[in-house]
Amino acid sequence: MHDLVAITPLGAAEPRVDSHGPITLSEITDTALASVAARLGQEEQARAWLGTTLGVAAPDPARVGGKDLAAFWMAPDQWMVEAPYQTHEMLASDLAQQAGGVASVTEQSDAWCRFDLAGDGLADVFERLCPADVRSFKGGEAVRTSIDHLGCFLICRTPEHFSVYGPRSSAGSLHHALLVAMRSAH
Amino acid sequence: MMIDHPILGPRDAGEFVYMGCASLINRPDWQAEDALQQFTDYGYQRDNPSGGHRELWFHEGGDRSWLVVTRDTVTHAITQVELARDVARREGRSK
Amino acid sequence: MTQTNRLQGGMIDRSRTLSFRFDGKAFQGHPGDTLASALLANDVRLMGRSFKYHRPRGPMTAGSEEPNAIVELRTGARQEPNTRATTAELFDGLVANSQNRWPSLRFDALGVNDWLSPFFAAGFYYKTFMWPAKFWEKLYEPMIRRAAGLGSVSFEPDPDSYDKGFLHCDLLVIGGGPAGLAAALRAGEAGARVILADEDFTLGGRLNAETHEVAGMAGHVWAAQAVARLADMPNVRVMPRTTILGAFDHGTYGALERVSDHLAVPEKDKPRQILWRIYSKHALLAAGATERPIAFENNDRPGIMLAGAVRSYVNRWAVTPARDVAIFTNNDDGHRTATDLRAKGVNVTAVIDTRPDAPDGGDFEVIKGGVITNTSGRLGLTGIEARTADGGQRRISCGALGVSGGWNPNVALTCHQGGRPAWNADIAAFVPGSALPPNMSVAGAANGALTTHGAFHTGAEAASQILDHLGLSAPAPDLPEAEDGPVNLTPFWHVKDAKRAWVDQQNDVTAKDVKLAHQENFVSVEHLKRYTTLGMATDQGKTSNMAGLAIMAEVAGKSIPEVGTTMFRPPYTPTAIGAFAGRSRDKDFRPVRKTPSHVWAEEKGAVFVEVGMWLRAQWFPLPGETHWRESVDREVLQTRKSVGVCDVTTLGKIDVQGADAADFLNRIYCNGFAKLPVGKTRYGLMLREDGIAMDDGTAARLADDHFVVTTTTANAVGVYRHMEFVRQCLFPDMDVQLISTTEAWAQFAVAGPNARKLLRKVVDDDYDFSNEGFPFMACAEITVCGGLRARLFRISFSGELAYEIAVPTRYGDAMIRKLMEAGEEFDVVPYGTEALGVMRIEKGHAAGNELNGTTTALNLGMGRMVSKKKDSIGSTLSEREGLNEDDALKLVGFKPVDSSKPVPAGSHLMTKGSQVDAAHDQGYVTSACYSPNLGCHIGIGFLKSGHARSGEIIRLVSPLTGIDHEVEVVSAHFVDPEGERLRA
Repeated sequence: MHDLVAITPLGAAEPRVDSHGPITLSEITDTALASVAARLGQEEQARAWLGTTLGVAAPDPARVGGKDLAAFWMAPDQWMVEAPYQTHEMLASDLAQQAGGVASVTEQSDAWCRFDLAGDGLADVFERLCPADVRSFKGGEAVRTSIDHLGCFLICRTPEHFSVYGPRSSAGSLHHALLVAMRSAH
Repeated sequence: MMIDHPILGPRDAGEFVYMGCASLINRPDWQAEDALQQFTDYGYQRDNPSGGHRELWFHEGGDRSWLVVTRDTVTHAITQVELARDVARREGRSK
Repeated sequence: MTQTNRLQGGMIDRSRTLSFRFDGKAFQGHPGDTLASALLANDVRLMGRSFKYHRPRGPMTAGSEEPNAIVELRTGARQEPNTRATTAELFDGLVANSQNRWPSLRFDALGVNDWLSPFFAAGFYYKTFMWPAKFWEKLYEPMIRRAAGLGSVSFEPDPDSYDKGFLHCDLLVIGGGPAGLAAALRAGEAGARVILADEDFTLGGRLNAETHEVAGMAGHVWAAQAVARLADMPNVRVMPRTTILGAFDHGTYGALERVSDHLAVPEKDKPRQILWRIYSKHALLAAGATERPIAFENNDRPGIMLAGAVRSYVNRWAVTPARDVAIFTNNDDGHRTATDLRAKGVNVTAVIDTRPDAPDGGDFEVIKGGVITNTSGRLGLTGIEARTADGGQRRISCGALGVSGGWNPNVALTCHQGGRPAWNADIAAFVPGSALPPNMSVAGAANGALTTHGAFHTGAEAASQILDHLGLSAPAPDLPEAEDGPVNLTPFWHVKDAKRAWVDQQNDVTAKDVKLAHQENFVSVEHLKRYTTLGMATDQGKTSNMAGLAIMAEVAGKSIPEVGTTMFRPPYTPTAIGAFAGRSRDKDFRPVRKTPSHVWAEEKGAVFVEVGMWLRAQWFPLPGETHWRESVDREVLQTRKSVGVCDVTTLGKIDVQGADAADFLNRIYCNGFAKLPVGKTRYGLMLREDGIAMDDGTAARLADDHFVVTTTTANAVGVYRHMEFVRQCLFPDMDVQLISTTEAWAQFAVAGPNARKLLRKVVDDDYDFSNEGFPFMACAEITVCGGLRARLFRISFSGELAYEIAVPTRYGDAMIRKLMEAGEEFDVVPYGTEALGVMRIEKGHAAGNELNGTTTALNLGMGRMVSKKKDSIGSTLSEREGLNEDDALKLVGFKPVDSSKPVPAGSHLMTKGSQVDAAHDQGYVTSACYSPNLGCHIGIGFLKSGHARSGEIIRLVSPLTGIDHEVEVVSAHFVDPEGERLRA
């Protein structure tokens, strides 16, 4: 076992938590990510394999699905798989082996920072951040959108719980934008 | 502007990057006798219509699909949006 | 006594009193007041001086169309010029000052302009200040700016913040008057997602200003009940204080919500305003109509206002502008004002109606077929002179005059997509034309339905049609009973033979100016606007355009529709620039990207530089180092002597997988990749299709079907986009999958003779790490520090024995600490982007300065890399004759003949003895630095015929900076030209 100590996207030893009004904003660091893209001509097999792996059908465009192992749609025939980092640090290489050549898998764990917002009135926050129609979200939506000029994934777990994935290097800017919008809206 | 993405539905044009005429899909054969002339036309000769125009847009802030958007350059009315990959295949491109 | 002009009733909260100051004097008003209504209540009619002639002016309207009563609101950093007193909501402690006057509003020295007015007619500035041209900037313009103009800014940073936001709806209703309320109720009840926006702080539109009953109750009570019903519907969003600024493509609307303008200071962390982008499926314009004045001699004195505005003040704000009021009208609507004034006990001294067949008044006199020929009162109206139908003159005493020339539908938003309004002779006004923005409908007064009944019915009907389109069923309309009187109007635009009848009061344009423009052959209405300035400035001619057009039509012998209107453009009302900036200002102008070693670098006292959005360590000063060169020279020398470490995470990394991955790279790089063995890395040059170099980097083959491609920091996004274009549009049947992994890996360059020894302490033992086992350009997936997955590349930008090691980004901080610890015995140095740059120039490696969008592979000295055996982007057009001439520019190095001289980048090269001009240009220096290894400045750049001129002494010139000295042409590889070090 190596002796290197990880830091969070915000640059600290421990993830940050902020509360304002009805909303809690949490930096989430225990997520492993791997992208899965179907090989040409293997689209159906890749979808089926991913469905088996997740235990639910591979998500449709702009959707998220699954439980411990979840996935959201990124692009035609491409998904991002999410899993707990503690138990799935080697998610990408594990998936690549299981895929049996029907999909290309790429490690994405540290390409992204993740912030979760939980509480009431999240639509009031996100309508000040991005053009996604968050007020119509009922849970299960996953869209790529622009927040503070940053390309982000916005995942609606439930209307009271959203995850935002943004570029890890800009975690500070994204966190600032989220916090400013929370304070502005509530 | 709103672009009605064939997979994702209407999305703000701000999420897209514009490239130009969809004729850029029709890249000439490098081994053709007059390849140099063909590539020169491909690279530099463009129509500039007042009216319907097929053009390439990249959904950079979204699913990274290249789209072929048919847009009226006068009214901005968009009459058709297709995945560029489908268009390319239909127009005979392969690998 | 204060508020001497306050009447009974109104929609103000008399239980609370608000104190405010205007031009230093203290006044009181009530919640519900605007600044204008509160000032009028205090018998203040004079609120400003006009733009050009400094004429005393008071409010003409009671809304956003106000041309005259514009003030500086607030003080200090929050001082905002050109705020309309007619829309500024009163708050306790409000401070406002009049503008464009000195030393005071009542005595304004530049009022002398008014006496000189014969010299200041339309086009005066164009004609007068033509010559001499050099006087313009220094003398004329400052003089004119001082004399003319509006308010002044604070010159301090805006302390408030502004948000931007995005809303979605099925139906956007623009305007909360009777038409908008009826439509919103209808659509809201049917379940549509509705946004109802109104610029006013109290919705209701004219229902708040009129005495008509609606469904048996006061109009404003009905409106308040309707708004309360809408507010209870979860699918309806009611947005007061929100102006729809523009109608943009495909149902997108811009809206400005004034969240905090009615407060002295915004609440903590709350924005002052929000600029909303509204995505609508349908929009209904129910923006009402704006009353228009009639032009006559001296029609601009404080106290002269629109008749409908007088009703607003009397009914909504319980204020009369004066105790004696006269009316001048060409329609029945003017008579209403007289009736409403009488009902509140205000004396109506006369109604002058231009129509000989005007109806009789109740308890007021009507002068039928009369016109006003002049007015009196220096700082406020004291009386009018009227000519009766039989030619007699009457002098009538009054402190206020209500003028009505009819109503203009507010069509502006219908024209934002290029549509033109159409003339409706029945109401003598322009109404929306047939070419409306897609999915926009218009209802109520905005569509020419000028009665309350008409507004309710057209609003509800429009909503029904929209609901049909949306596939929603609407319950049968249950519309309230309301007034439905006919519009009786005889067009009348101006009283002829007036010397100074003001058409545009904001720009001081008279009827005569319009005629002058016509005499001088300004035929187009757009030219009329620019020449006279009619319809410009903050009100955009909302009250003046029609009269201007009518007068122009009259003098040109045309009809009004033949003359046409000027183009309406967004924004509908003036909008603060801060709202467009939103939160993107100062340090938040754009996001910051930080490298994985950022925290560590900060601890080390690194100096940072912005590279695109990235913050990178530029150098790491040690105690005692006072000049950046000391730090950079040390970092370079120590790296070349022993070992240095640099964070190179910012380079773009793209994962390329698939059965056709190698073929794909063959297409995007001009050189070949098909035969690159697994475990090897190769330099690649990417061309644009026109043969110009686009980007360069390396591709490492991790497996047969798996490469990692690097790009330059600056081009990472563009290269990815290009690769997706090639994949999706050009070769759609290649089995290739792409994804960026730039941020997933923290990558460090470890360079210098001791690089291997240092890394040996980090790389786990089971990897053969010898020169033979892991030679130059090798790559591998390995583990470090006892099992952490990592990637190792033996590549060198510095020219030294060098590696790049990548670990998952979360461990980047730990990794650089580990590298520094492991390197302690070798006196390892961290180096920044400056040292990185020096070493690559010493080595002659091309970078962004050389791949500058004009250079080819040939120019870069890589002409032979362009494979002719395969198809790749740019290979065909790179063979063009013009790009391949014998004396083409080639990359070479330069050393100064006098070793103390610099070799600045950007300098041009001239053959000794030749003229210094563009025709004799031999090339230019692209990158330069001080080389601590060579002990002098060096440069690389492009020179005609390149290496063939090695040894030549050439002139380096920069006429701009006065540089002119000699340099020697040398190889661009100043250090280790044979590449022995990097293979060591």
